[in-house]
Amino acid sequence: MSLLQVQDLVVEFPGRRGTVRALDHISFDIAPGEILGVVGESGAGKSLTGAAIIGLLEPPGRIAGGQILLEGQRIDTLDEDAMRHIRGRRIGAIFQDPLTSLNPLYSVGRQLIETIQAHLPVGRAEARRRAIGLLKDTGIPAAEQRIDHYPHQFSGGMRQRVVIALALAAEPKLIVADEPTTALDVSIQAQIITLLKNICRDRGAAVMLITHDMGVIAETCDRVAVMYAGRIAEIGPVHEVINHPAHPYTAGLMAAIPDITVDRDMLYQIDGAMPRPGAIPSGCAFHPRCPRVFDRCKTDRPELMPAGATRAACWLHAEVAA
Amino acid sequence: MSLVEARDLAKTFDVSPPWLNRVLERKPRQLLHAVDGVSFEIEKGKTLALVGESGCGKSTVARLLVGLYEPTRGSLVFDGQDAHAVFKTAAGSDLRKRIQMIFQDPYASLNPRWTVEAIVGEPLTEHGLITDAAALKQRVGELLISVGLRASDMAKYPHQFSGGQRQRISIARALATEPEFLVCDEPTSALDVSVQAQVLNIMKELQRKRGLTYLFISHNLAVVRHVSDQVGVMYLGRLVELADKHTLFAVPRHPYTRMLLDAIPKMHDTGRARTPVQGEVPNPLDPPEGCAFNPRCPHANARCRAERPVLLDIGGVKIACHAVQEGRIVPESNFVATNA
Repeated sequence: MSLLQVQDLVVEFPGRRGTVRALDHISFDIAPGEILGVVGESGAGKSLTGAAIIGLLEPPGRIAGGQILLEGQRIDTLDEDAMRHIRGRRIGAIFQDPLTSLNPLYSVGRQLIETIQAHLPVGRAEARRRAIGLLKDTGIPAAEQRIDHYPHQFSGGMRQRVVIALALAAEPKLIVADEPTTALDVSIQAQIITLLKNICRDRGAAVMLITHDMGVIAETCDRVAVMYAGRIAEIGPVHEVINHPAHPYTAGLMAAIPDITVDRDMLYQIDGAMPRPGAIPSGCAFHPRCPRVFDRCKTDRPELMPAGATRAACWLHAEVAA
Repeated sequence: MSLVEARDLAKTFDVSPPWLNRVLERKPRQLLHAVDGVSFEIEKGKTLALVGESGCGKSTVARLLVGLYEPTRGSLVFDGQDAHAVFKTAAGSDLRKRIQMIFQDPYASLNPRWTVEAIVGEPLTEHGLITDAAALKQRVGELLISVGLRASDMAKYPHQFSGGQRQRISIARALATEPEFLVCDEPTSALDVSVQAQVLNIMKELQRKRGLTYLFISHNLAVVRHVSDQVGVMYLGRLVELADKHTLFAVPRHPYTRMLLDAIPKMHDTGRARTPVQGEVPNPLDPPEGCAFNPRCPHANARCRAERPVLLDIGGVKIACHAVQEGRIVPESNFVATNA
């Protein structure tokens, strides 16, 4: 059974000038121990999807339709108190900026011990022992001394390790990581990605990795969902999506990334920009920018349909489906 | 002859605690060597890219080149004249017209209360190039069209544009005075990949049409490979390797360059396991003795820990590394050579 099921999720922002639909019928599953990448450009709705799952949508944003199931239990309708028990215990979260995820006034040890004791029935000494173990596992040297240090005494990369330790403290089954390496330098980014991948595999935790970096996705994930304008454009095994993209948007996105191994004179470019929520074109949201657009794209909105080894929301694959 | 030549450029910032604290707490003066003796040349119409991680001094170099900072040591020779000496004289304004800059963040570098016309037209009026209002409109319109925007966009405000369009406005502004040399400080790192491709393509096209010379600063090696002719790799305020693009990507020599190349996730190599180099960039206030990279370097020995390597020419490539200079590291083709 899937660990996490997201079915027809709709997120809306009511405003004075009408309601803006930011996520429009998103569905996907995450299997236990699986790493699912969610990739897209700014404003595609990838962070919003993560926020909806961990129950941290910023008001006035609200879930207006669909459901989210964690191990078969519905979690999108839970009240704040019940959700707080799930967050941390069953879903861990890692955010982009490690400095804002940590409380600057508490030592990292206190934050870890507090988290462990809040979710697990262990004594203080045992919690401290576990906290030191977590810091060691995340590759922090001299963990016995570092545990009493404050966040500002750690470098950016080390802080992100502490945040990962914190997310894993209560042994959750799912980690939602929203751009965990974006604020870090490339050499540190490689360290953190390797750590995240190995530590989650060792503990059997599934990961939903939200990022705009296709390279990080390629190296880390089992499957990837490509988002565009609040919908999933394509979802499938990473290798297939990267090497045989079925959706013209995925293909364009892949071609637009400068490749370190190839010399090219001009980069492929997708003209135009992603539409803003509230001004989504009719039919397929990508049709004004799509090089392979035809009549049906302008009027009918495509749902995800089988396309080779992946599933894509694109009418080019309609005949195959029929 | 090269258009731009940096000769031993250095910039030191005084980050000492206030005088009273120094006296009472007996704290010494603290100097931060942001850029510590950087030399390079850029030929007309070519692009030199500087790469490195945060805090390596690449943005400080950019600011030195456009005259936003005064160098602590060394000089910048632009078209045969000492630029920083000229900046102080009456002829400085003419020189500034020829050197322009594009900043990283298109959200912060455009005044939100100005129309695009005022933003792009400011350099023209400021340098007294155009005084007539109708001619100014005409010229701003041409500039906007040259970067792929519409002339009618000049009546709008920055918030009405997306990130990529804003960066095009920055480019139009930088081009207003018809400069020869553009310093671009991470011009695409705040942009999404599809928009990044648009901006990089337009920059390349403009370079060809106008014979522009670029200094391109980036932390993204894939982008650097795409835009540059020469690449300089910086670490803690110094150049550690300076080579033409093809050599650098085919046979990276310096251990730090190799590490940077290895740290980039490879797109078509899904699920590849790797062992990233450990450690982090040291505190620039307290740099290690000898070679600044020695604590992270797999080839470091006693000499590396004691003596600072200088940038030497080895087979057409400039490298600051004892191990390479002594022949302890054998040149080794990178993955790139096999694929290219």
